[in-house]
Amino acid sequence: MAERSFVNEVKKLRLGAGEEFHGEGILAVTKALLQSGVAYVGGYQGAPISHLMDVLHDANPILKELGVHFENNGSEAGAAAMLAASVNYPIRGAVAWKSTVGTNVASDALANLSSGGVTGGALIIVGEDYGDGSSIIQERTHAFAMKSQMWLLDPRPNLPSIVAAVEQGFQLSEASNTPVMLELRIRACHVHGRFTATDNKRPPFSINEALDKPVRDVTRISLPPSTFAHEHEKVDSRWPSAQRFIREQGLNEFFSGSHKDLGLVLQGGLYNTVIRALERLGLADSFGNSQIPLYVLNVTYPLVGDEVVEFCADKKAVLMVEEGQPDYLEQNVHAILRREDCTTKLHGKDMLPKAGEYTGQVLIDGIRQFCEQHAPQLLAQHAVIAKPIVFDNFDTAVPARPPAFCTGCPERPIFTAIKLLERELGAHHISCDIGCHLFSILPPFNLGNTTMGYGLGASAASAFNRTSGRRAISVMGDGGLWHNGLTSGVANAVYNNDDQVILLVDNFYAAATGGQDLPSSRADNPIRQTNIPIEQAVRGVGVKWVRTVDRTYDLQRMKDALKEALTTKAGGPKVVIAQSECMLNRQRREKPIFRNAVKTGKRVVHERFGIDSDTCTGDHSCIRLSGCPSLSIKPNPDPLRQDPVAHVDNTCVGCGLCGEVAHAAVLCPSFYRAEVINNPNKWDRFISRVRSTVINVLQARTERRLAQYQF
Amino acid sequence: MSEVTTHTRPITIAILAMGGQGGGVLSDWIVNLAEHSGYLAQTTSVPGVAQRTGATIYYLELFPAEAAQIAGRDPVLALMPVPGDVDILIAAEFMEVGRALQRGLITADRTTVIASSHRVYGITEKTAMGNGIHDPEPIRKNATIAAKRFIHFDMNATAEANGSVISAVLFGALAASTALPLSREAYEAAIRRGGVGVEPSLKAFSAGMEQAIAEPVTAVPDDPLANQTTNARVLELLDRIQTRHPEQVRRNAQEGIRRMMDYQDTEYAEHYLERLERIIDLEHANGGASHDYQLSAETARYLALWMSYEDTIRVADLKTRSERFKRVREEVKVKNDQITYVTEFMHPRVEEICDTLPSGVGNWIMRSPRVCRLLGRLTHRGRHIRTTKLTGFFMLYTLAGMRRWRRKTLRFTVEDKRINAWLERVEKLIPDDPKLAIEVIECQRLVKGYGDTHARGWRSFDTIMRVLDRHSDRPDLPAQVRRLRDAGLEDEDGKSLELLVNELDQFPDRAPVLASSRD
Repeated sequence: MAERSFVNEVKKLRLGAGEEFHGEGILAVTKALLQSGVAYVGGYQGAPISHLMDVLHDANPILKELGVHFENNGSEAGAAAMLAASVNYPIRGAVAWKSTVGTNVASDALANLSSGGVTGGALIIVGEDYGDGSSIIQERTHAFAMKSQMWLLDPRPNLPSIVAAVEQGFQLSEASNTPVMLELRIRACHVHGRFTATDNKRPPFSINEALDKPVRDVTRISLPPSTFAHEHEKVDSRWPSAQRFIREQGLNEFFSGSHKDLGLVLQGGLYNTVIRALERLGLADSFGNSQIPLYVLNVTYPLVGDEVVEFCADKKAVLMVEEGQPDYLEQNVHAILRREDCTTKLHGKDMLPKAGEYTGQVLIDGIRQFCEQHAPQLLAQHAVIAKPIVFDNFDTAVPARPPAFCTGCPERPIFTAIKLLERELGAHHISCDIGCHLFSILPPFNLGNTTMGYGLGASAASAFNRTSGRRAISVMGDGGLWHNGLTSGVANAVYNNDDQVILLVDNFYAAATGGQDLPSSRADNPIRQTNIPIEQAVRGVGVKWVRTVDRTYDLQRMKDALKEALTTKAGGPKVVIAQSECMLNRQRREKPIFRNAVKTGKRVVHERFGIDSDTCTGDHSCIRLSGCPSLSIKPNPDPLRQDPVAHVDNTCVGCGLCGEVAHAAVLCPSFYRAEVINNPNKWDRFISRVRSTVINVLQARTERRLAQYQF
Repeated sequence: MSEVTTHTRPITIAILAMGGQGGGVLSDWIVNLAEHSGYLAQTTSVPGVAQRTGATIYYLELFPAEAAQIAGRDPVLALMPVPGDVDILIAAEFMEVGRALQRGLITADRTTVIASSHRVYGITEKTAMGNGIHDPEPIRKNATIAAKRFIHFDMNATAEANGSVISAVLFGALAASTALPLSREAYEAAIRRGGVGVEPSLKAFSAGMEQAIAEPVTAVPDDPLANQTTNARVLELLDRIQTRHPEQVRRNAQEGIRRMMDYQDTEYAEHYLERLERIIDLEHANGGASHDYQLSAETARYLALWMSYEDTIRVADLKTRSERFKRVREEVKVKNDQITYVTEFMHPRVEEICDTLPSGVGNWIMRSPRVCRLLGRLTHRGRHIRTTKLTGFFMLYTLAGMRRWRRKTLRFTVEDKRINAWLERVEKLIPDDPKLAIEVIECQRLVKGYGDTHARGWRSFDTIMRVLDRHSDRPDLPAQVRRLRDAGLEDEDGKSLELLVNELDQFPDRAPVLASSRD
């Protein structure tokens, strides 16, 4: 998909039994799905799941051979709804998304799915984007498992365990007629490791068979009175079946240790970090042999009460290692022990932080405290590691690096236009959405008030509806528009006569998630229908006032269109569609073509921008209006000036915004554009010689004048 | 029950890079290198939004395959660096070393630090209205203490010189550090197996290796007094500086006259020295030697900058020079078989046009709204001027030639008056309050740029001068002027400055209640 190719990754999906797979965790999951005889796969992209979606998209021939259907769902809700195929038929299906944001969107369908239950294995792969480097709100998928009674797997973060969890997940789902979620933390998705592959399997029961012989069972549909029966089914039959399966198949793991009166209960996903913490404290070796016994929950919901009691019964104290909040597991274990009158002391978030990622240092500190209280001799055996000196007085010394628009990004000029416009018309309420354009809230633009979710930019401005004075501006990307914004935002604004400005950013891709195609993409996609114009779509839902700017870099036009939208007397929503291709993807497509043209001797011109350091006075207005990574600063070469000068580095792609800004904001004459002619033809060379000859004569005069002053 | 064995530990490597710096390529090379050299390798990263220019940590662990074979099981490798447990720390940018120190990832007992000393400035460093660059020195000092070994040089420059990317140079420096017990050949084989940009990568790798073990070269400062001129008038000016100016002032004064002649002519340089020497004499008479003639030295700097204000003539002059053409070709890396054309983005408004006209005419236009409007319509849009083509060049060249009449222009009259007022104020201050005099001199920093930027700077300058008039008897005035100047550089709409001025006006006799964090 997009302009990136995943040929090498796709090859890995063909590995047969006994061959060794080397690669990323999320790709291992993709392979495991094919090995488990899955009949259909869907999902919605978003880190760390995008890779799975991209690779499957490019692996269409393999999927065809196996008879596997792959769908790029319109949203996570659509993906979850697709699992309906496993309700009536013994078909295995899997969907994937970024969590918890995707699970939020999907929860309507998930609740219905879990109510009626499934016949074929239904697996939901969630990329748990939590902790350091996360791009979303910090919540837990665990809550969704609890509320809808779906089972939650959290396997140890190594490739063999993750691959096994996929197969076990399907089996568990089938054994208990319940959809199963497989939670993978972001680092596990990106971990590079290896496992021994097995052959890919054709689905034993195909989608064609289902369509040819439909099966109906009204009791599986979530409508009263079935819904009341479903609730009882969940607790009376599905839950016990699941617990039986987990126990019998040994999904959770016990690791013994010499110090039997203590124990750690942990989420599988935290296993490696816990082992490293124990190892640092001298309580384990590099192979995971621990002095303290471990009970590893590869299934974090439901807990198996008998196992918990067995592990805890003969122990003085147990530490529950559970990342995130609220402490659902700790509360659950407390309840289990209390019911069994088990007096083992349970620690958890009294020794470990209540919130935030459980990093190595956090676990070292927590486990150390646990040992100090219950078995100080364990620590005394070893030289307790000294805490490294942490130079926290560097807070002001190290510059922050918030994410920002890429070099040459076509969205930057949109926000430059708004910034310039605000100088004329004053500040406006700006409702943001999810996507690259959300970086507008950060320096240097600092534009934006709220973001309420994907495709909800326009909806989030719907309260600000009045017919005079300053209007609210809402921003939405093409990704958000097709995800749900077209109906919940645009159509709804028409219906409610919302007097707001809706700015639609059309960059030809779902750019923030990795450049996937969308209905409005311009690329010809062999297996998808693209080129559906956004303008047609918004007019189709009733928008009367639409302006399309087909080159966002044209700052003046961009500004004029927005100004008109903000000041026109027309009622209802004013939609401005700002179009230009995502530069990252454009470069991926054009760079190889360009390089090849240069190599084969074709006359091609490329552009670059630069700044004359001797006319730049170091005010940096240009940077405050652009923020392009290639527009930077360097020490002033002038011996008298002290402020650094602006400077365009070699990563410049010649998008042209610098020049436009210099013009529109009447900044300074220091910017120049250089057009470089590669492989010039005879005429180019001739005319260039004529020009430089004349210019050289005149320049020599200036030089003579300056030479007399030199010392 | 198995015995706990702690003999073999993984080698831990953290790579701190920014999106687009090739941290992924580097970690792939290391994995490839390790897997072909008898190690089990694991790597993770958290790209997420960080791939859009944010800071990213790649983390790798290498474990000897033989030890795993003997143990009969795979090691449990961590997915994130633990403070105090990092063997090799690679930073693709210098300030990222600071981030590693903050996280406790550098320890003296084991961490080899390999860092490029070049800077990729953060957005707040770039957007500052003056100099927002963070000082790398504390980080260099602390990393030297904290690390077992600290290899750092400008790897970006090495990469560029070798037509490659920084990851290859870092890989070379890693090989040179011998922090991994592997041969150079093994490293090179990993690059070859990677298959992308192999030749330039190998070249940069090799350069990185060499430079990592080379002794640092200390730059020899060039002699500012290298005297090569035979021009009698220039010699006279230089001699005047040598004999009449205190040593501390000479360097700036020399740069000053160089600039004046470049800007105008020798007479203008003389005028500059006359103005400067009035300050020197006054400072000397008031014990200037005891504080190193700081005021005179700074006056030499700021007076030269002011007297070479950037008018249209100056811009046209600089844009058409042959050295500028050469610099552009170097900056955009034009090769000999390529032809390049340069386009300027000019936006001369009515103000700039009048500035270049004789002051009488210019003033007349500025006072006549009708003519202003008419000219305004003509200058509404910016202009693209192609300096490397004949029409564009002639236009700018002719404009640059108007230098001869510069002294008659409206802009000159205005600036001359302002400079005189500024110097007079300073001269009056020297006997009683030399500290304040320096602060006033430094206020010139505010007045820079073009168009609106220049107007805003002048407004801030003027505001501060008015505060000086209102509060001339305040004892802490020098400190307050510095605060005002910083406030003027704080934001574009002048809010910080306005707030501070209000505060001073409200509390005229005492130190302000609201202490500034910048002091």
